[in-house]
Amino acid sequence: MTALLQTSGLTRRYAGLIAVDGVDMAVQAGSVHALIGPNGAGKTTLFNLISGLETPSEGTVLLCGRDLTALPADRRTALGLARTFQTMRVFAAMTVLENVLTGLHPRRAAGLAATIMRTPGFRREERALVARAREVLDMVGLTDRAGERAGGLAYGDQRRLEIARAMAPEPALLLLDEPAAGMNPAETEALAGLVRRISGLGTTVLLVEHDMGFVMDISDVVTVLNFGRLIFQGPPAATRQAPEVLEAYLGHKVAARLAARAARP
Amino acid sequence: MPPWLDDFLWTYQNLVHALGINGLLALSMYVVLAVGQLSLGQAAFMGLGAYSSAIMTLKLGLPFLVVLPASCIAPALFALAIGVPTLRLSGVYLAIATIGLGEVLRALYINVDWLGGALGLSGIPERAEFWMIYGLLGAALLVLWLVGRSGIGRAMEAIREDETAAQVMGINLARYRLGALLTSAVLAGLAGALGAHSSSFIGPNEYGFEPAVTILSYALLGGIGTPLGPVVGAWILTLLPELLRGVSDLRLVFNGLIIVLAVLFLPAGLLGVRMRRRAA
Repeated sequence: MTALLQTSGLTRRYAGLIAVDGVDMAVQAGSVHALIGPNGAGKTTLFNLISGLETPSEGTVLLCGRDLTALPADRRTALGLARTFQTMRVFAAMTVLENVLTGLHPRRAAGLAATIMRTPGFRREERALVARAREVLDMVGLTDRAGERAGGLAYGDQRRLEIARAMAPEPALLLLDEPAAGMNPAETEALAGLVRRISGLGTTVLLVEHDMGFVMDISDVVTVLNFGRLIFQGPPAATRQAPEVLEAYLGHKVAARLAARAARP
Repeated sequence: MPPWLDDFLWTYQNLVHALGINGLLALSMYVVLAVGQLSLGQAAFMGLGAYSSAIMTLKLGLPFLVVLPASCIAPALFALAIGVPTLRLSGVYLAIATIGLGEVLRALYINVDWLGGALGLSGIPERAEFWMIYGLLGAALLVLWLVGRSGIGRAMEAIREDETAAQVMGINLARYRLGALLTSAVLAGLAGALGAHSSSFIGPNEYGFEPAVTILSYALLGGIGTPLGPVVGAWILTLLPELLRGVSDLRLVFNGLIIVLAVLFLPAGLLGVRMRRRAA
């Protein structure tokens, strides 16, 4: 396996605070990779550095071996990166279908003149985009809602719409920022199925999530951040037992007591 | 043209021309607001079109069909000069940069004798025809409508709703914003040239901050859901002073009141409908 995404020495400093501190992380192509850590560990900042919404103080981001560090977010999207947001950001006034069509922006080729003239090429392209958008809505189960105002959707449906919008241009890497937040167990279960399907379509998934059951259930690799540093990386089962992870989440006293109890015959 | 229409146009020529020209100005405001930016320089762009066209007519003696398209050049250049540095940033930088533009240009018009000084330029031949004004207004409406209903319009609405999310969709924010500002400057320049060539006189005080606010109130009143909204807003605000001649001194008060009321009670404008893009 080759690394689809590689960050090297990625660092983001704010005045008096290092949010992300020299993170070297490799995300393997085809994997479902989880990024966990206590609140304030720097997970969302790392996402912003990878997707180009923030500029790193130091370090590089490579996608398929290509250096993205100097590229703005919109160029990174065109190169196969997609993301969702922790606080949902669907275009509320647009319809569900229009949201997904907006996600297909990188696939648009028609210029201004073709648009105004409504050339056959323009019409063909619009038809293809709508067909693709419906396909993605079908995948997330929002077909019936295509014509509704996106802002009026239920919480879980807005989350699925955000995923559909991000998946529309068939990205190589999809970043999901807390996709299960605020979902009930049944919705989380359905979300796990959706992530597996996305992975099955060949898109690599990197996700931040606090729901440990969900993380352990779907991820191949877990990376743990604490105070901006990468403190552990490995398969889910090993993560659960790693002393440095327990310490980060529970404090060193509790972690030591747990370790002592585990050591008892 | 049937004789009755000819009579009507002759009697109400000033008002009929003003309605068309203000409609163009409303569209120039619409294009900027449609990408979530605020410009207070629409009157200044109009003034650049008016002054440059008047000079081409009066001093160079060029025919109006050359002057009219050329009147876009000066506003477009100023839009580039202001837009390139400010539109890379998000926020209200364009609004701040354009607030001063009208005043700076006013000082220029007053102090340069060649531009007529404080007296302005007079004796401009009345060459703006009904068909030119309404032809351009119709064409601008049609083009903005067609663009609005396409993927470009989707991208513009996305930028207006959520810049960050739009950028993550692969939309180049600076390019869209600059394109919108250029289009807007061109429309305002055309309106300025048509205005100068239908009123025969232009003065340095016609293109300052006050008319900029009036143009903004066209769009606020009409709403920016579709390009038709601002045009309707412009028509209402142009006809209103004619109907309320007795209180014409209070025109600005009315405009201010309309902005306040529109923001409070009609945030989406009188035509608060969204453009339908596709029956889903």
